[in-house]
Amino acid sequence: MDNNNHKEKQPLFHITKRNEMPVWQAMSVRVIAVMAALLLCMILSFILIGINPGKMLVSMITGSFGSQRRVWKFFKDLAVLLCISLAVTPAFRMKFWNIGAEGQTLIGCLASVACIINLGGKVSEPLLVIIMLAASLAAGAIWGLIPAIFKAIWDTNETLFTLMMNYIATFIVSYYLMVWTPSGSSTLGALKYGFLPVVFHNYFLLILVVVILTVLIYVYLNYSKHGYEISVVGESRRTALYIGINVKKVIVRTMALSGALCGLAGFLIVSALDHSITTNSVGGQGFTAIMVSWLAKFNPLAMAGTSALITFLNQGASQISTDFNIDSAFPNIIVGIIIFFIIGCEFFIYYKVNFRHKGKEAK
Amino acid sequence: MSTNTAIELRHITKRFGSVVANNDVSLEIRKGEILSVLGENGCGKTTLMNMIAGIYYPDEGEILVDGKPVIIRSPKDAFKYKIGMVHQHFKLVDIFTAAENIVLVDTEDKHYKMNAVNAKVKEIADRYGFNLDPKKKIYEMSVSEKQTVEIIKVLYKNSDILILDEPTAVLTPQETEMLFKVLRKMREDGKSIIIITHKLHEVLEISDRVAVLRKGEHIATVDTKDATESSLTEMMVGQKVSLNINRSEPVDSVTRLKVIGLSATSKDGVKVLDDINFEAKSGEILGIAGIAGSGQRELLEAIAGLQPLESGEIDYNDPKTGDIVNLRDKTPLQIRNMGVRLSFVPEDRLGMGLVGNMNITDNMMLRSYRKGKSIFVDRERPKNLAEEIIEELQVNTPGVTTPVRRLSGGNVQKVLVGREISAAPRVLMVAYPVRGLDINSSYTIYNLLNEQKEKGVSVIFVGEDLDVLLELCDRILVINSGRITGICDGRTVTKEEVGLLMTKSEKAEKEVSDGQ
Repeated sequence: MDNNNHKEKQPLFHITKRNEMPVWQAMSVRVIAVMAALLLCMILSFILIGINPGKMLVSMITGSFGSQRRVWKFFKDLAVLLCISLAVTPAFRMKFWNIGAEGQTLIGCLASVACIINLGGKVSEPLLVIIMLAASLAAGAIWGLIPAIFKAIWDTNETLFTLMMNYIATFIVSYYLMVWTPSGSSTLGALKYGFLPVVFHNYFLLILVVVILTVLIYVYLNYSKHGYEISVVGESRRTALYIGINVKKVIVRTMALSGALCGLAGFLIVSALDHSITTNSVGGQGFTAIMVSWLAKFNPLAMAGTSALITFLNQGASQISTDFNIDSAFPNIIVGIIIFFIIGCEFFIYYKVNFRHKGKEAK
Repeated sequence: MSTNTAIELRHITKRFGSVVANNDVSLEIRKGEILSVLGENGCGKTTLMNMIAGIYYPDEGEILVDGKPVIIRSPKDAFKYKIGMVHQHFKLVDIFTAAENIVLVDTEDKHYKMNAVNAKVKEIADRYGFNLDPKKKIYEMSVSEKQTVEIIKVLYKNSDILILDEPTAVLTPQETEMLFKVLRKMREDGKSIIIITHKLHEVLEISDRVAVLRKGEHIATVDTKDATESSLTEMMVGQKVSLNINRSEPVDSVTRLKVIGLSATSKDGVKVLDDINFEAKSGEILGIAGIAGSGQRELLEAIAGLQPLESGEIDYNDPKTGDIVNLRDKTPLQIRNMGVRLSFVPEDRLGMGLVGNMNITDNMMLRSYRKGKSIFVDRERPKNLAEEIIEELQVNTPGVTTPVRRLSGGNVQKVLVGREISAAPRVLMVAYPVRGLDINSSYTIYNLLNEQKEKGVSVIFVGEDLDVLLELCDRILVINSGRITGICDGRTVTKEEVGLLMTKSEKAEKEVSDGQ
């Protein structure tokens, strides 16, 4: 390059923006990406640990759909993840990068557990469940409101703020676990009150609630005046000011909603599933939800699909780990590869790579 | 082998997605000439030049320098072939001096002495007749001085081919004259100069030959001496367009908006508005002229309730009730709720007036979505409005669901102006409404503004093209550094007078400022 005697070449490739791709074509790019990812995973697993690729694939599928029990579990996990993903979405549409869903959900769990411990047996069961729901919604909302108010008034960085709120939530839970377990074990046993009613199946009501929520959030974001304001604030602060939207109010209102929905997820975890609490009750789903929401491009209906995909991969990974008696690290690598391909293929939907034409090089 | 051709472009094509920016363009630039590249906005002039300067890489075709095919992959490659470009938006480090900025381009010389650099910069400046202090910091400079730095930056690398992208857009008429003098000297020096512009009179004044582009294609290159304004216009637009803008006499003009003693300071503590006094009358177009960034934006935003003020009053005379209300310190929503029918087409169309990622219908709703008690938005009426505007203003779009960011500049502006006019305003403020628009779209906008004026609307028009201001406006207010330097009659004032007021720093005498 420094020397003029070197033969000059056209760049090896250059990247150009594509025309809008038809939906079917974009979908087929994604399908091909998943296929390629699976193929790579099978080759890797064969080379690295000698697993039969076909068996691995079967094991992955049985993880989610091997038995009726597993199917229910699949939909239960999907519902919880989807619920948290739906919760973070209004904030994301506003470009408020709330990564505090973990803490907001956990504080919702804590509120429900606190109600059970203090009121369990003292009030009727239906009333208790309603109080738990209200308390969880309020707790989540407050946890979302604190960073929102700081953002609205002092323009603090919401990402750092919400992240730190997660740790605060975790330590508050640790503290209460100590208070509630006089023996000092810090392990709370299953509580006997505050059960979400069982219809058809243990998980049915939970799943139904999330299905309804999905539709509600979709309608809220796309057809309500609030949803419209959220989009305008997210797209352009200056436009929002120009047409007289009170940006601060929208930030605070949306984060209260976002937090409250996380609180709802916390309530569902306690009342329908755990009936207890640990510092790990949410188990990182608050962070996974961010990815689910992004992958679906903040569309609540598409989120059902992306959370199903993530849930399927996670269940499959743990099944592989059990079936082949290997450490969970390897299946996690596989999940990572697949997700990498899925996100990476988006590039090829929007851009085209042009390679150098052979024989047309300049001299 | 020495040829008379400095650069030759052969069959250059560049696409951005489905947009063909340049299609099979072949063009040559001779040594020691000034070539104008002329064309309407969006016809691919800048894209073509960017390929010579190494910013873009052509999809097809080849570039020859001195008769030899070359590959220009980066601005650094371009410099190697002695090609330098002065971009429309300056790329300078504010806290560096002129010479420090200039020496940055010299990536080979790692052991330069600042004194020597200063001397060399001074020498180049003197040779071509620039007026520049090498030790002056960029942030202390005027726009024209910054441009000088950019030009010397190119000369410092001994470039033989200079590309200037709309160099006169930011200059006053006097500064333009100076620049042209310098360019002629460079030509005498044997340098090739390419100047991108869409100002016809400048083309005729400065260039030896004119290359005309239309819709990404090279229409023709003609000798300037054989060209006239109308022949060039015809080539540019493909059909003859009358340059006359209609102007009717204002009817029943009454004071609609009275601005008294407006002052404001920016976040950095700079006085952006300094004791502004004027009246806007119904049924007239009040033009605001000034070099970009002289306080025009702040003034309009102050009236719209977006710019915090230190002092002053904005009195709106309600034509229905005859009441006078003060708009100062009101939010845009409060202003609207007071019944003030104020429409505003801001300079920043996609960043302020519209939301680029939203479709046309949703952008129509921006002003009106609050209507009604329902918690849901009504998209039916905005959709009808969108269809009406598309039909009436001939917006070129696949449909109402197309995101506005995908429309071309002219169509974006039609959507925005259409929406603002649909609110039946009493005061209509427009900032640079034809910037980036082709001639046909520009006339559509002028006609819309005239229609509003005839309806009795008080139109405030911030413009940059003095010819347009002089032909369109009833009165012209000239602003410089946040101060009004004069208010003139649009029918009698000359271009030179306005140009002078634009550079004048002292405030207008009270009696001149507003015939009262």
